[in-house]
Amino acid sequence: MANATNNEIRYLNPPTVEVRKKKYCRFKKAGIKYVDYKDPEFLKKFLNEQGKILPRRITGTSLKFQRKVAQAVKRARSLALLPYVTDLLK
Amino acid sequence: MIKQYETVFIATPVLSETQMKEAVAKYIQLITDNGGEVVYQEDWGLKQLAYPIQHKTSGFYYLIEFKSEPEFVSVLETQYHRDERIIRYLTVALDKDAVAYAEHRRQNRAAKAAAPKAEETKVAAQAATEAEPEAEKNEDTSVEQ
Repeated sequence: MANATNNEIRYLNPPTVEVRKKKYCRFKKAGIKYVDYKDPEFLKKFLNEQGKILPRRITGTSLKFQRKVAQAVKRARSLALLPYVTDLLK
Repeated sequence: MIKQYETVFIATPVLSETQMKEAVAKYIQLITDNGGEVVYQEDWGLKQLAYPIQHKTSGFYYLIEFKSEPEFVSVLETQYHRDERIIRYLTVALDKDAVAYAEHRRQNRAAKAAAPKAEETKVAAQAATEAEPEAEKNEDTSVEQ
């Protein structure tokens, strides 16, 4: 950053600075307090194609709600609303 | 201490409509006989299962919300377990957020049922048993979080 201000070093190509969109917890943002196991369509947003629960680092969910999502997905699975194992869920 | 619970059971698809009503009536009777109070009930109709249970690929879903003593839950689950018509059940305690959510969901569904057919509002809101299975299914998928 100091380089940019002092102009001592010049790059041939401007250094690419990747601007990454910050992840956020959708539950906190939307003010949702309870994750419903009866709504499989919503829970599918937190599953991969095999029906596995996606990690927090991908969905951006906070720890508090990740636990609730996991609980809800497991309940939905036991009620046959979501599959335990599958291919091409989406 | 009275707590609020929510129970969903899946009955075998071989039941006729009257048999299904009988089964529902039995569990509601059981809840009220044991000092519980049924808050809400909802018929999801015949739904496809995500995976086969006891070689069956579909089942009748039914949701009952009730208030009772915690001791009653084991009684209810024993009855479910002994009942051959029931292929799967789940009972969960509702905390205060869940109760609020359930309330909200109920109102949403009542409002949705009221919009297309204003005449059946009362039936749909109070019992939700008379609604057609297809209409129910559509609503299930689009319940607002």
